[in-house]
Amino acid sequence: MSRLDIKSQDQAQIVVESLYEDMERRVAASHPGLCPVDTAAAFLRLSHGQSCGKCTPCRVGLEQLENLIDDVLDGGKDVTKNTIDVIRTTAESIRDSSDCAIGFEAANMVLKGLDGFLEDYISHVEKGVCASNIREYSEAIPCVGLCPARVDIPGYVSLVLEGRYKDAVKLIKKDNPFPTACALVCEHPCENRCRRTMIDAPINIRGLKRFAVDNSGKVEPPQKAESTGKKIAVIGGGPSGLTAAYYLSLMGHKVKIFEKRKFLGGMLRYGIPSYRLPRERLQEEIDIILSLGVDVELETDISKPEEVKKLKKDYDAVYIAVGAHAFQSLGIKGEDSRGVLSAVEMLRAIGDGNMISLEGKTVSVIGGGNVAMDVARTARRLGAKEVNILYRRRRSDMTALNEEIEGAIAEGCEVVELKAPSRIETDKDGNVKAIWVKPQIPGELDKSGRPRPCDSTAPEERYESDFVISAIGQKIEAGTFDKLGIATDRGRVSADEACIVSKLKGVFAGGDCVTGPATAIRSIAAGKTAAANIDEYLGYHHEISVDVEVSHAKQANRPPMGRIQMRERPSASRRKDFEEIEEGMTLEEAMQEASRCLRCDHFGMGSFKGGREQKW
Amino acid sequence: MVNLKIDGKKISVKKGTTLMEAAEKIGINIPHLCYLEGINDIGACRVCVVENAGTDKLLASCNTMAEEGMDIFTNSHKVRKARRTNVELLLSEHDCLCATCVRSGNCELQTVANDLGILEFPYHWQPERNKWDKDFPLIRDASKCIKCMRCVQVCDKIQDLHVWDVNGSGPHVTVGVAEGSDMQEADCSLCGQCITHCPTGALRERNDIDKMYEALEDPETVTIVQVAPAVRAAWGEGIGLPKNKATLGRMVNGIRKLGFDYIFDTNFTADLTIMEEGSEFLERFKNKENYNWPMFTSCCPGWVRFVKTQYPDMVKQLSTAKSPQQMFGAMIKTYIAKQLGVDPKKVFSVSVMPCTAKKYERGVKQVNDSGYGSDVDIVLTTREINRMMRASHVNPETLKNEEFDDVFGIGSGAAVIFGATGGVMEAALRSAYFLLTGENPDPDAFKKVRGMEGWKEAEFDVSGATVRVAVASGLGNTRKLIEAIRAGEVSYDFVEIMACPGGCAGGGGQPIHEGEEMAEDRGKILYGLDKVNELRFSHENPAILKSYEEFLEKPLGHKSHKLLHTDLTKWDIEVKQ
Repeated sequence: MSRLDIKSQDQAQIVVESLYEDMERRVAASHPGLCPVDTAAAFLRLSHGQSCGKCTPCRVGLEQLENLIDDVLDGGKDVTKNTIDVIRTTAESIRDSSDCAIGFEAANMVLKGLDGFLEDYISHVEKGVCASNIREYSEAIPCVGLCPARVDIPGYVSLVLEGRYKDAVKLIKKDNPFPTACALVCEHPCENRCRRTMIDAPINIRGLKRFAVDNSGKVEPPQKAESTGKKIAVIGGGPSGLTAAYYLSLMGHKVKIFEKRKFLGGMLRYGIPSYRLPRERLQEEIDIILSLGVDVELETDISKPEEVKKLKKDYDAVYIAVGAHAFQSLGIKGEDSRGVLSAVEMLRAIGDGNMISLEGKTVSVIGGGNVAMDVARTARRLGAKEVNILYRRRRSDMTALNEEIEGAIAEGCEVVELKAPSRIETDKDGNVKAIWVKPQIPGELDKSGRPRPCDSTAPEERYESDFVISAIGQKIEAGTFDKLGIATDRGRVSADEACIVSKLKGVFAGGDCVTGPATAIRSIAAGKTAAANIDEYLGYHHEISVDVEVSHAKQANRPPMGRIQMRERPSASRRKDFEEIEEGMTLEEAMQEASRCLRCDHFGMGSFKGGREQKW
Repeated sequence: MVNLKIDGKKISVKKGTTLMEAAEKIGINIPHLCYLEGINDIGACRVCVVENAGTDKLLASCNTMAEEGMDIFTNSHKVRKARRTNVELLLSEHDCLCATCVRSGNCELQTVANDLGILEFPYHWQPERNKWDKDFPLIRDASKCIKCMRCVQVCDKIQDLHVWDVNGSGPHVTVGVAEGSDMQEADCSLCGQCITHCPTGALRERNDIDKMYEALEDPETVTIVQVAPAVRAAWGEGIGLPKNKATLGRMVNGIRKLGFDYIFDTNFTADLTIMEEGSEFLERFKNKENYNWPMFTSCCPGWVRFVKTQYPDMVKQLSTAKSPQQMFGAMIKTYIAKQLGVDPKKVFSVSVMPCTAKKYERGVKQVNDSGYGSDVDIVLTTREINRMMRASHVNPETLKNEEFDDVFGIGSGAAVIFGATGGVMEAALRSAYFLLTGENPDPDAFKKVRGMEGWKEAEFDVSGATVRVAVASGLGNTRKLIEAIRAGEVSYDFVEIMACPGGCAGGGGQPIHEGEEMAEDRGKILYGLDKVNELRFSHENPAILKSYEEFLEKPLGHKSHKLLHTDLTKWDIEVKQ
């Protein structure tokens, strides 16, 4: 008998480990609109399987919770709202009396659900189905369901596979007039629940879109509908306003865009650096929209209530899409010093073509979002010798996409975690000399599920800085809308999900100015929604469709294989210029990637309910 | 063309042909449960799977297109194994008490399971149980549902009413009333098309046979039955009589054997409906400005329920004339009882209908005017009368031709075509022409409104006036037509609507044939009966003339107003027994 052994994994354990991974991917690929009560029951069963069985609440309690939730789902005749109360009491007792996390966390999950989707529990008891909001969210095609603009993703992926790039772009343009911009910068929520994840990894949808736009050549817009004689004013020439202008023009209406800045494009130009979205490619896309006969008035600020009212009088409808271009202040001492600027100001200046030189300077960037990464990387390109990204939480808590963080690091930026800005130190002339930060310690989780940053007992630290750039968020300049009585208490424009501003007839609003700072694709979706509802408001029902036929899906062998990732230019060379950093897929890569698509428009629920949407 | 091999045989098919269709061309019938041509090709049951050499996964032959070079095996080891497993799995959720099922012997699941030789299965038997009001005319038994989704598709695609939906996710997925509503509140038309397209017994009409026997067995009760036009075109199918042997006379004989005291023909009141509705149309047509147009027929209760829930503002545009069933009911307990010399209190009035919605219609409180309870006491579907014949061990081979009872067994050719789409319109036009001109038209002058097209239109010149008519069957077509009327895109004077595609011939109460649509064939039988009838015009039916002379006085008169017309706006939608 040996006194000690080194335990090695046996075959069963190795396989179980890989099953954990399969299950993780499977859970990640849960499509929108699953019955939350059923999901709670399934997770509970999984949790119960982990029980060691020592303690009563976990061993027996979890099973009884399962039974009770099953009763709710099966709608037995003894089930009443009282059953829900029993579930709650039982779960609370399990939470409070379990010996270890296997029990109390399982109960916590049930309780979270009881609070989060109580109406579904009640609806199951009363009607035997989920509450309507869940059913409406139900989607047969996960990628389309998660794309705010509902772009026909399986459709264009299959067109890419056939080499029909022009058709692919045409199909995208049915729902989104910015295929190139989105091919380059979209945050691709479509990939989040891609069913292919169950096999290996999500399809690189954005990469395939990029392959389509890189190979399609110029795609002319479709024929406009007969002129209606209706005039629409669009305030704001960003992605949302331009999208609305595009579809409204196709519907035969006459659109005029009023843009405050020197150029159109909004945050696509003034928020996203050109190394991610080259200006000329953005301009090509905008020019196609304008080619439909959209009138534009640049450097026209519609900022007074009377001006909005006049537009309302002179036009048949008004679409407000002014975006969110005001910045949040740091709120620390010394913020007004020379050398302290906001990310919005810096990127706006560059968007207008005014490059500042940071040659040899030390720059501190405050924030952990994509904008923080953008300005940090821009600062390196403007010559900064040292860039520190100071963030009050941990790197893993950053809202920036991981590839953006890695890109910044690769380009020589330093990510400094857990440092909260405290004060700015200046020289006697009022120029920034340094930023002082307070080291943080991650505390309890807050509502966002991330640990709250708390002051640690460590002393303040000093980061020498010639420039301090704050990138802690944008907001909207809401004064005008407040005066018009159409602002929310958070300073946003008050519009519903149909982009209708209920307090002003004929006025619609969408994009960042309604939602707060969000993504390009959400703004585009708002522009599309507004176009449809403005058309209806004007008494029409123009349908947007496309004459592209997508081939019938085929069954094929689907062995697990690697996802094609996008490549970037080497960091050493790319950080010196503003040229695009990402490289498109090769033909070989694109074909392999496109062939991975499972065509959920046909297989699964797609063939029954919610196949491809041909028009809107 | 696409070239492929199926079970070793080379075949060329058009691009876009499914593997199931391709196999059928060379005589290979691939078993399937959920597939329904043109309506449901969702590949859900996975019974029609086939193997393609080189492809790991099996292919659903119902929705996989034939492709160049495919090498398909419809019955390989892998296919057989999967097909059998899938049928076994469906059986594990299916209440296999076949002996107690209305669809036993006419059930696709039973057939497929038997064909595959499934004698036992290795799974837990766990049929889903559901709550359902068994007094409702349409009954869904979840324990028999195989989730083929045909009902959902038929109601969505053909009837555009969306009563059924898939509810829940994961293990709790089931078919149910959309949004979990109560069936009473689901705006169901009760057309019964979901029943006739269900592959199993999960959907059926309420069984009223037991009540029927009670009445038949009571020596004090006088049972009087009327038989709808479309029943005669289909009754033979349910007892295995071929078309040429399933004559009208044999049908009467078969029903007689069940013990009814009097057997009459709904054609009599179909003619009466024409007299009333035709006169009403002319009355409205002459005073156009007083009415909204077009005028609609009102004899189909599925359509009445549809218009009352979907377009309540248009109910007033429906003719106030009762349906032939209800006219007969009103006449049975008044004039007819008197003629027969029986006490109306003792009369039990029965109708045999190709229809499930008629079970609702007879229960509508506001439709009963005879003063003796329900004008129609019970409605039996064609399927129920077939079952009664089988239960009474009627040997179809021994049936003899016999006549309906006099005189309310007399019906014109115009009446018999009520059972086919366009028939009511054609019958009405024949008599309207006469009422306007005093002369009979050529009886086939209006045959443009015949045929299976879902939305037909025609214009006829009737003594100098142009009458613009339209005919729709199927509620999806109906909705399209009504939307076009409301949008001002079309305008008509008179419109016939039937809820079931092809009209009553394709009614929800007719015999069920898996994968076959029978309405057209049955309609042809009805047009054939019209052609050979000596009476081609409702207004020439001697029983009609006699009824007006002795009892009703004149169309739209006081008596007929009281007995033969109804205010549809007042009808309850709630279904009562």
